[in-house]
Amino acid sequence: MEYILQPWPWYVSGPLIAIVMFLLLYFGRTFGMSSNLRTLCAIGGAGKKVEFFKFDWKSQRWNLVVVLGAILGGFIAHFLLSNPTNIDLSQNTIQDLKTLGFENAGKSLLPPELFSWDAVFTIKGFLILIIGGFLVGFGTRYAGGCTSGHAITGLSSLQLPSLIAVVGFFLGGLIMIHFIYPILF
Amino acid sequence: MGKYIKFFLVGILFGIVLVKSEAVSWYRIFEMFKFQSFHMYGIIGTAVATGVILLLISKYRRIKTMEGSTLKVPLKQKGFSRYIIGGTIFGLGWALAGACPGPMYILIGTGVFSILIVIAAALLGTYVYGLLKDKLPH
Repeated sequence: MEYILQPWPWYVSGPLIAIVMFLLLYFGRTFGMSSNLRTLCAIGGAGKKVEFFKFDWKSQRWNLVVVLGAILGGFIAHFLLSNPTNIDLSQNTIQDLKTLGFENAGKSLLPPELFSWDAVFTIKGFLILIIGGFLVGFGTRYAGGCTSGHAITGLSSLQLPSLIAVVGFFLGGLIMIHFIYPILF
Repeated sequence: MGKYIKFFLVGILFGIVLVKSEAVSWYRIFEMFKFQSFHMYGIIGTAVATGVILLLISKYRRIKTMEGSTLKVPLKQKGFSRYIIGGTIFGLGWALAGACPGPMYILIGTGVFSILIVIAAALLGTYVYGLLKDKLPH
């Protein structure tokens, strides 16, 4: 039990993620979390106006069930299987975040400077979450997949398009952290 | 309902692994893009390595899906622009919000309800892509 309550090392977590991917393939489906965003748009009626959302979303219900399970899994892991819940970040990261104005880095899953309601209800805080989310939603559909679809499934099946997409993921991430963060924070 | 239970269970496993690995943490994503820890690279690296091995085994042993068809990953369309441009846009958002789509849902379960704003914005982004799809280079 002690081992379960501690954070899991990368060499345990990585293979388990691959097993999730493989189980879904074994069930005759494909691991891809961002597809659910398209499905939710279709359920919301987007198909009436935009061709891209005109598809049989009912065939994607299984993936929404995966999402429901993932939410419950998040609850179980965080509230029942985590003691302690702080993140063992590198000292350099804690220091760099302090310079950017993030105190107590790693004391919680997410920085209260961005995700607490106090932060959300400032114009800057709100815009960061909105723009971040928008770019993820737009970019993932444009690229035809996200971390699960391209980085895990696509690379595991040695597909060049996924490698190009993952290079893009890192290009964007590096630009954001190294060039845009110093302006934002 | 019965046919959905296995998907629900896989989802639970996925949610638990991503929380216990700390891959849902905004801090870990920041740290990764700063190259200050091997942690996230270890997760992605061992996930892909295990995935490659599992797919090779199922190919050579001709493992079938539960439904009896050949177990294989659908091929992505050929192309360059959509993957590099879309990927870069995704990466900008990933680093800014500190969450990709899987973690977004999982974080709801950890009690971070402000992530719902990020999810709403991601839905809007997906919708706008659908609107502009034919005008974008692919």
